[in-house]
Amino acid sequence: MALYREQGIVLRTTKLGETDRILNVLTQGRGKVRAVAKGVRKPGSRFGGRLEPFGHVDLQLYEGRRGLDIVNQAELITPFDAVRGDWVLSACGSTMVEAADLLAQEHERTTSLFLLLLDGLRQLATVPAQPSVVLDAYLLRLASVAGYHPSLDACAGCGRAGRHEVFHLELGGALCAACAPVGSQPLAEGVLDALAALREADWGLDAAVAPAARRLAGSLVASYLSHHLGRPLAAWELVPR
Amino acid sequence: MYEGPIQDVIEELGRLPGVGPKSAQRIAFHLLNVERADAQRLADAIVAVKDRVRFCARCFNVAEAEECRICRDARRDPRVLCVVEEPRDLMAIEKTSEFRGRYHVLGGAISPIDGVGPEQLRVKELMARLGEEAVEEIVLAMSPNIEGEATASYLARTLKAMDLRVSRIASGLPVGGDLEYADEVTLGRAFAGRTEV
Ligand SMILES: [Zn+2]
Ligand SMILES: [Zn+2]
Repeated sequence: MALYREQGIVLRTTKLGETDRILNVLTQGRGKVRAVAKGVRKPGSRFGGRLEPFGHVDLQLYEGRRGLDIVNQAELITPFDAVRGDWVLSACGSTMVEAADLLAQEHERTTSLFLLLLDGLRQLATVPAQPSVVLDAYLLRLASVAGYHPSLDACAGCGRAGRHEVFHLELGGALCAACAPVGSQPLAEGVLDALAALREADWGLDAAVAPAARRLAGSLVASYLSHHLGRPLAAWELVPR
Repeated sequence: MYEGPIQDVIEELGRLPGVGPKSAQRIAFHLLNVERADAQRLADAIVAVKDRVRFCARCFNVAEAEECRICRDARRDPRVLCVVEEPRDLMAIEKTSEFRGRYHVLGGAISPIDGVGPEQLRVKELMARLGEEAVEEIVLAMSPNIEGEATASYLARTLKAMDLRVSRIASGLPVGGDLEYADEVTLGRAFAGRTEV
């Protein structure tokens, strides 16, 4: 069996048998990898606490059959213990890994996604005052990385510049009055500005953005992403806002 | 695909946690070879567990009566409540003989990625008990994994406002293991949770 080494982030784990776990790992060079960590649930396992979700790890793996590899060695680069230890941060981190898990393809290199997730977890680990804003910024960036960059400054239909106030999930952004389907509901005031601010800002939003607009912008990002991923994000619903 | 009853058994077994299609098939053919009386005993035991075992009305441990034997035991200290995820965690703690208080079983742990939040657990029931019973101390006994951490952190926040002593069981080195082989997370926890001697 071929042995390979990859840096990755543990996305989620599923129990297997009595003592094993299957890990979904987003690697830097091979996209998503599914691998078995044998005996990891036994106290005193050689992997110990190194293979918990959010962990940034350096793995040595055997290529297995049917797309299921086997973890041979694991070194921990950053545990992101602080994210796991606080339930609000943990809910935000869970949404981040859930979205990455849905988006990443097995054995298809997506270094940008890996780096974005690493960056997002690092931001959460700083224990930000508003973790949900960090999450919204991450999801907005994730949409762009996935090729669904939302059009905010020009009409997604005809390209006419300006802040248009109708948002269309399918067409991927704001629509001008001429392009908007009849009966479209315009966004509440400030939502599009909040989205643009979220895109520009460095993982935060200044106090000038009204809380209501901020929350609506967050919901819009989540619906937009869910629409394109084809599934709602289960963890998103549980993030306190 | 097999036909008739054998396929039914394979499918039913395959729905059990941790039983894959291969194991389901192996167990089904094993059952085909056992004595009728043995098969009957197994079937009766499964039906009996559904009919007779229920959850304790107070702590949600498994019980054969309205309340479980721990809640009915007057010698247990009603001032200390140990919160666990599942009845099997309660059993594991009982085996230590270290704890003389009572329990509260949440029926799971917070797992956002699976859509399980505090609302799906018996947290409301815990709060109701704290209002009715003379509890002075809470021990959080969650597993040291991502779900357990989230659950313990949520409860710690929720209980903070109340006039209670709240502690969480320590996590650290396994007894009988060698320190040098411990992973850095476990050893780090052991250090953080060191006790004065
Ligand atoms: Zn247009
Ligand atoms: Zn009870």
